[in-house]
Amino acid sequence: MSERKAPAPIVNVESKPFWDATAEGKLLLKKCNSCGEFHWYPRAMCPFCHSMDTVWVESAGKGVIYSHSTMRRAPVPYCLAYVTLDEGTTMMTNLVDVDFDSLEIGQKVEVSFADTGEGNALPYFTTV
Amino acid sequence: MSIKGKAFIAGIYEHPTRDASDKSLPQLHAEVAKGALEDAGLTFDDVDAYFCAGDAPGFGGLSMAEYMGIHIQHTDTTEIGGSSYVAHIGHAAAAIAAGKCNVALITLAGRPKAEAQKVGTGGGGKGPMFDPNAPELGFEAVYGPATANMYGMAAMRHMHEFGTTSEQLAWVKVAASHHAQYNEHAMLKKVVTVEDVINSPMISNPLHRLDCCVVSDGGGAMILVSPEIAKSLDRHCVSVMGHGESPKHLNGGKVDLTYTGAVWSGPRAFSEAGVTQADIKYASIYDSFTITVVETLEDLGFCEKGKGGEFVMDGNLISGVGKLPFNTDGGGLCSNHPANRGGMTKVLEAVRQLRGEAHEKVQVPDCDIVLAHGTGGSIGTRMGSATVILGREDA
Repeated sequence: MSERKAPAPIVNVESKPFWDATAEGKLLLKKCNSCGEFHWYPRAMCPFCHSMDTVWVESAGKGVIYSHSTMRRAPVPYCLAYVTLDEGTTMMTNLVDVDFDSLEIGQKVEVSFADTGEGNALPYFTTV
Repeated sequence: MSIKGKAFIAGIYEHPTRDASDKSLPQLHAEVAKGALEDAGLTFDDVDAYFCAGDAPGFGGLSMAEYMGIHIQHTDTTEIGGSSYVAHIGHAAAAIAAGKCNVALITLAGRPKAEAQKVGTGGGGKGPMFDPNAPELGFEAVYGPATANMYGMAAMRHMHEFGTTSEQLAWVKVAASHHAQYNEHAMLKKVVTVEDVINSPMISNPLHRLDCCVVSDGGGAMILVSPEIAKSLDRHCVSVMGHGESPKHLNGGKVDLTYTGAVWSGPRAFSEAGVTQADIKYASIYDSFTITVVETLEDLGFCEKGKGGEFVMDGNLISGVGKLPFNTDGGGLCSNHPANRGGMTKVLEAVRQLRGEAHEKVQVPDCDIVLAHGTGGSIGTRMGSATVILGREDA
């Protein structure tokens, strides 16, 4: 349904493991070994307890829509959304292969990956 | 220590232009500075402090200090988007109270219309949100967070949790349009109805075109002075009674889009001013979108959380009609939104109300205590929130 090209993300040394994993269809999260919390977006320091002992953990890639809004004033309309993952953290994404007019907050979604053509892929979500 | 009564707004100026294709950005900053100084009865030689934000061109305040030929001993370029200028009032008042300066100039200017920026719908590619070192950029920019859809997500969630409706949001625009009809400089002077708003084209659901502010050029400036200088001026100066500011962000993925940083900035400002919501005769509330106003009014305590939609209905924000007259210049929704930043113009109309210089059709009688609130960045991600409470000199 979406003809929108998946743009390549800006990658830095801190985020490279995340983006490398997307090429293998994996959605990684950062989890803190000190307080046990997942956070988003992934970073070296836990934003809750400020420990530097954070590790990459693969997400099951399932969650629910926290909110969404479909931009109609774009060459190809697209849906911006926040998805709350089953791991408990909420991430920005796009909802793809969906009927924009029938989306509902709380609806179950799962991750799908769109190749950027530059060695990584964007985690999108679609309804299940 | 408090800033209450330690600083006064002595001069203001709002640029009348809404399309500045014939002027450069530094020129606009200089014109509004000159206008505010003339309003105060002061000159550039009196200025000893300069405050500006990300809209000032070049090397922060240095480039503009040089352009304007001012020689200052204090400068502050705090950048929290459209709320910067409201925060600058608190910072300038604190600097004056601490003896660092006596005459502070604050400017804002921009020409997004002349530069044909796709504000709100197309990203932008410039400014702090597009710094390649911004930690969030890699995880957000790829998803197309233009401004309207981020505010759209906030509105969608607010509707989901509290039952807020598009008709209720529309009342914010209706009230703004009732005021704008009397502002000769307003971009949109036509009075609109709830039906007009909800029948306007959908931009990013649930926000329609008329839920969104205008894109305009222009700017504004204000002059803050010490009590001693205020007394010496032949001008009705306005007292800075209280100030609060607070950034809000996505909190490591514990996202809640139903409130703004006003939940923190508001109580601080009220506490410092020693007044309550019931004392506020007029409020300037940043209105980038209708949802911004509804959430902010709740967060400032003018109504319960989740009841903002009901609060704004039936003309409750219209001067002479409702309980809380707001944005009597037409606000960002109808008058202007220079540099895509509405904090400055919010303060300017609040000062006019205190001076009794608002248009006679919208002037609030016996207007002695007012509030102005700015929101910068995006309520859908990270924002600056800043609140000031201002009073008549004798307040």
